[in-house]
Amino acid sequence: MTANVQPAPASAYDLSPSGQAEQTATFALLVDNEPGVLHRVVGLFAARGYNIESLTVAETDRNAHTSRITVVTRGTRHVLDQIEAQLNKVVNVRRVHDVTRDPNGVERELALVKVRGSGVDRVEALRIAEIFRAKPVDTTLESFVFEISGAPSKIDKFLDLMRPLGLVELSRTGVLSIERGVEGM
Amino acid sequence: MTAHQTIESKAPAAAETSRAMTGAEIVVRGLVDQGVEVLFGYPGGAVLPIYDALFHEPRLQHILVRHEQGATHAAEGYARSSGKPGVVLVTSGPGATNAITGIMDALMDSIPMVVITGQVPTHLIGTDAFQEADTVGMTRSCTKHNYLVKDVRDLPQIIHEAFKIATTGRPGPVLIDIPKDVQFAKGEYYGPHEVQSTHAYAPRIKGDAARIAEAVKLISSARRPIFYTGGGVINAGPKASASLREFQALTGAPVTSTLMGLGAFPAADPAWLGMLGMHGTFEANNAMHDCDVMICVGARFDDRVTGRLDAFSPGSKKIHIDIDASSINKNVRVDLPIVGDAASVLEDLIAAWKTANLQPNKAALSDWWAQIDQWRARQCLNYRASDTVIKPQYAIQRLYELTKDKDVYITTEVGQHQMWAAQFFRFEEPNRWMTSGGLGTMGYGLPAALGVQLAHPDSLVVDIAGEASIQMCIQELSTAIQFDLPVKIFILNNEWMGMVRQWQQLLHGERYSHSYSDSLPDFVKLAEAYGAHGIRCDDPAELDGKILEMINCDKPVIFDCRVEKNENCLPMIPSGKAHNEMIMGEVEDIGNVIGEDGAGLV
Repeated sequence: MTANVQPAPASAYDLSPSGQAEQTATFALLVDNEPGVLHRVVGLFAARGYNIESLTVAETDRNAHTSRITVVTRGTRHVLDQIEAQLNKVVNVRRVHDVTRDPNGVERELALVKVRGSGVDRVEALRIAEIFRAKPVDTTLESFVFEISGAPSKIDKFLDLMRPLGLVELSRTGVLSIERGVEGM
Repeated sequence: MTAHQTIESKAPAAAETSRAMTGAEIVVRGLVDQGVEVLFGYPGGAVLPIYDALFHEPRLQHILVRHEQGATHAAEGYARSSGKPGVVLVTSGPGATNAITGIMDALMDSIPMVVITGQVPTHLIGTDAFQEADTVGMTRSCTKHNYLVKDVRDLPQIIHEAFKIATTGRPGPVLIDIPKDVQFAKGEYYGPHEVQSTHAYAPRIKGDAARIAEAVKLISSARRPIFYTGGGVINAGPKASASLREFQALTGAPVTSTLMGLGAFPAADPAWLGMLGMHGTFEANNAMHDCDVMICVGARFDDRVTGRLDAFSPGSKKIHIDIDASSINKNVRVDLPIVGDAASVLEDLIAAWKTANLQPNKAALSDWWAQIDQWRARQCLNYRASDTVIKPQYAIQRLYELTKDKDVYITTEVGQHQMWAAQFFRFEEPNRWMTSGGLGTMGYGLPAALGVQLAHPDSLVVDIAGEASIQMCIQELSTAIQFDLPVKIFILNNEWMGMVRQWQQLLHGERYSHSYSDSLPDFVKLAEAYGAHGIRCDDPAELDGKILEMINCDKPVIFDCRVEKNENCLPMIPSGKAHNEMIMGEVEDIGNVIGEDGAGLV
């Protein structure tokens, strides 16, 4: 029976919103490096209505045929637990690690930021870039391209400061993550 | 058949000794080594090499269906009634797309199935070639796992791994897409024990011991316990059903089950409350609502079961045993999750109960049973009997009474007849009841019955159908004739898509938009046209005699049972309501029981 399609909730009978607060979470996945694996992961998010805020993927071990996918998502704790369980079900997914909940988790992102300006703004942009340890990788008389890496929140902060100084273009890699300490994933 | 045998008798020795063979031969050999005896399929250009290899293989019985959807449902019926995986072989493009409904059905109901699809040759993939479809792309979300085989050297491992994935953990469909050039290519065959899986796939079978110990303590301290069991108990094998019965006897708790779980616990047992959920019994739903400890085994808190979530069994501690960790806390928060196979966990629960020398709270249980007896006294399945017209419930009751002493298997289509069958047919054993629960696929029942009959050639197999559903895969009657599968199609013909009509009556102001079954075929003549036997009955007095005629006929039968046209399937939990807010059979103004909120729900 398909009378009317309800938009979001987990069950057709879920009349009330859950009331839980949403939070951001970063999942690191070790997956088989096979065609279609990214589609399986992304398809799972799409099919179940989960958000993807950032996504990175690359082969990490050619001999073991593994790739690493880092996905940043948003949802209530309940939804995030469900995402983790669903990811663990994918046959090609070898490990799922909730980086956000791990006190040893490290998250980094790289961004290329183009800022256009002249006069005081241009000087100010360069000074702020120095404070943030952003590296100019291209310069013209009226623009810079900065390379900046760090925690996503640091990059967000840098962008907030660049916006009034003439931010014109932005390219971000999405979040990468790893665990501190001697153990591998 | 004889052609196969003559050719085979000359051929086999060479094939047995040599590892080198074509991809197509690897497929066929792999199926044989996996213990496959029957496969359901339909040939086409992109699977011809596999069909050629089948021609030389007498150990595999190929059932030629009339539509690929039929192949998948037949494989489901075979699998669910036998516990063995169902195998499907279809061609590329339309062969694969036609199979998708049954593949999704198997995913939703956790049926082990291996589907082999042909694909256009590797060099043509991506060129929009004739009968090309992105089969692995389309089936990623409706399979447990799938493969596109690009190199014949990968084929033996993929075939064996597909069977492992389909049959272990939470079972499901696995699809292998094989381009035609890979079927022709020469490769080496390796047996099931010679290949190594490259995946990390390892489902958890054994439940956590500490949680099991905690669970038995909780159950023994319960004042109002209930078992809520599902298809997972059936899937875990006959041992799980046996353990469920044993554990129930130790605990004295009542048992209810989902649609998929019927038969795991015997309907004749006094502790059986009947099915729960939207069309479940008054006693089962009220007991679920009022229980203090719920033991959910192999069920998944589906929306048809829970009703309104925020009012679902509000006062209970919930124990959830499931092999699929993602089923836990998905819809309903549980207090004590145990990830593991139902058979293994139930066995461990029994052992833990005995080791701790636990006893149920007998005084509290006796109060609980007294309460349950009050709910039972409502006799929620009562309906107004009639001498002049066959009531659909009566038809199922008579079918049950006249077949219960036989070795009988029941399949259904989807709709009112399915719910009446679940309410009025009583199952004592697992694997006897095949129905499309999760996906709700009209057209499931007839092909599924064929699969059941193949697995149980000497048993009585009845497809309880509706006149609308049966037309969705009626072409498989031809398959039944060809392979001498004497299935009985028992149509509750009320000339309506009954469940649609019921919802329109309840929710859409009695505006019966396109739900009347117009221009119906003459089912008796239709049966005869296929070479089957047709029976029609519209008189309650003649019903028994005609049902016996059906049972005693050695051919496939279509039984056109003309029933009361406007009967509603009750009791019912209306959309958006809780377990203790059921509509009962005696409600007069049924059009006004569901509010606007409820009307928006499916």
